Amino acid sequence: MYRYDEFDHQFVRERTNQFRNQTERRLSGALTEDEFRPLRLMNGLYLQLHAYMLRVAIPYGTLSGRQMRQLAHIAEKWDKGYGHFTTRQNIQYNWVKLEDAPDILDALAEVEMHAIQTSGNCIRNVTTDHWAGAAADEIADPRPVGELLRQWSSLHPEFSFLPRKFKIAVTGAPHDRAAVKVHDIGLRLHKSDAGETGWEVIVGGGLGRTPMVGVTVRDFLPQHELTGYLEAIMRVYNLYGRRDNKYKARIKILVHEIGAEKFKSEVEAEYARRPHPTTEVEERELARIAAYFAPPAFEKLPRWSASFEEAKLGSPDFARWAKNNLGPHRADGYAIVNISLKPEGGIPGDATAGQMRVMADLAERYGNDELRVSHAQNIVLPHVRKDDLFAVWQALVKAGLAAANYGLAGDIIACPGLDYCALATARSIPVAQSISRKFADSKKQDEIGKLKINISGCINACGHHHVGHIGILGLDKKGEEFYQITLGGSSAENASIGTILGPGFAGHEVADAIETILDTYLKHRQDGEEFLATYRRLGARPFKEALYATA
Amino acid sequence: MTTPEKGQLVTANRLRDGIAVFLTRGGEWSEAIDEAVLAQEPQAAAALEARAREDEKKTIVTGSYLVDAERLDGRVRAAHIRERMRALGPTVRLDLGKQAEGKGAGFAAPEGE
Repeated sequence: MYRYDEFDHQFVRERTNQFRNQTERRLSGALTEDEFRPLRLMNGLYLQLHAYMLRVAIPYGTLSGRQMRQLAHIAEKWDKGYGHFTTRQNIQYNWVKLEDAPDILDALAEVEMHAIQTSGNCIRNVTTDHWAGAAADEIADPRPVGELLRQWSSLHPEFSFLPRKFKIAVTGAPHDRAAVKVHDIGLRLHKSDAGETGWEVIVGGGLGRTPMVGVTVRDFLPQHELTGYLEAIMRVYNLYGRRDNKYKARIKILVHEIGAEKFKSEVEAEYARRPHPTTEVEERELARIAAYFAPPAFEKLPRWSASFEEAKLGSPDFARWAKNNLGPHRADGYAIVNISLKPEGGIPGDATAGQMRVMADLAERYGNDELRVSHAQNIVLPHVRKDDLFAVWQALVKAGLAAANYGLAGDIIACPGLDYCALATARSIPVAQSISRKFADSKKQDEIGKLKINISGCINACGHHHVGHIGILGLDKKGEEFYQITLGGSSAENASIGTILGPGFAGHEVADAIETILDTYLKHRQDGEEFLATYRRLGARPFKEALYATA
Repeated sequence: MTTPEKGQLVTANRLRDGIAVFLTRGGEWSEAIDEAVLAQEPQAAAALEARAREDEKKTIVTGSYLVDAERLDGRVRAAHIRERMRALGPTVRLDLGKQAEGKGAGFAAPEGE
């Protein structure tokens, strides 16, 4: 894992001290709310429905046991004993007091964390594949590039006042688990036949009120050109991006309005114009960073673990969890453990301080001291020996963390919605809970198979509803909540934006509607066909007919 | 059945901790919406707003605004679900927020008309 150097420590400390002073000036009245708001937002502190909310950056979703333990400590000392893991691999605390915020930032700095650039019109926390460094299909670990971009974009003076917020996602694997096509910039690593690697640069994807799949502006950019090329993209955006209308200010609108070709030529012109200093420094820095992400010394193990196979035979519950929640690891004898934060009827992404500590313990004891936060609001232990899986599972069961629904109908993405969020138009969590309860029968979930149900409580789409195989969007109709259903979205390498199926539903009708959609799928699917494939083959019609037949 | 008293109340967030608060008849800020004063005339509403702005300057509260609400049998119910949520706490954690501290209002947030 990356460790802060003296410069990292210094800038985070300076920033924390600065914010302490700003908070004191606000509380004394020396700063007005209008003056203070942008300052607190630059430090991740929002004002929500019930209290302040602090959004803490988890760079590329990677945490050590010590950091997770500190997050638990913060939840207990300054919040109400829990935190919410978000769709941007961050954590949010819902009940923060302004007067405590500087102390919390100090506590974060102690473990090399901060809340800088988790809000505002700047480059936000860089996200990546939650299986980075562990996945069997990976070409290279994307996190060194994630860290390079974090350092490059942190407090970058030229990119601190962009037309709008800016999100970058990176994946080093051909199967895209980082949703790179629906980010402002998505980076996807490719390997040529000659064995060389290069980055595909995708620009102008995004969700929100105008969802778009990004366009590829470079197919195979050499790694040492990365920050230079990204700088050219940022400059074109900074120069031409709209500032007159916040709903048209994201880079996707610029790319769409001037066209992909024109945008690309502007970027290339800017890239050619900028001075090209030697790339040596950057390469040296990347090598320095990459050393921190060197793969752990995996033991030479057989692919097949007798104790693991025996444990599965002895416990059907463990066998089911192992079938659904493990990912293929690059090293023989290891597995990627996906801890679902989606218990039946639970709040997607919420974890108590106690649960955080259990996960920290497991990471330290069995997982090379690493944890990941996934954009689907789950936690990953990336490197666990198959021989240890049964012990890990037993500890998870005790902590209420053993939901065996990873990637299934119960593994629902949901934003905080109107239960917490000042921007929301409807609640998300209760809808997720009702669907989760509807599909509580594990046999039914297993029968349905791989499925992504994503729920947002407003058009800003933090719940990624546009790219859910089934998406649900909560809206406000004359003061009452109602929900639109979209089908056919995907954030994977075959990304697509879902299509609205028809008229919306009241909150209590949504779970039944989802059941009707899934029963229709089960009726029509071909052998081995996942929901998304069936939808793409048949289109919306059979689902529409089933859902609105009686209307 | 008594008819509800309709009007507007002023709400804000307390500056130091962000908790949702409501302006009372005595000019104090209460965490309980039932203690809010309801303005029935536009002039009275404007007076409440002015009062709230003074308290913003004094760094007691921040972000004050008017909310449509009604009082029935001593309980105050905001017209919009968002405001009912603020008066109670999250509907998915009934153990948290005002509803858990005995300061919640006498209704459930998602109740329709």
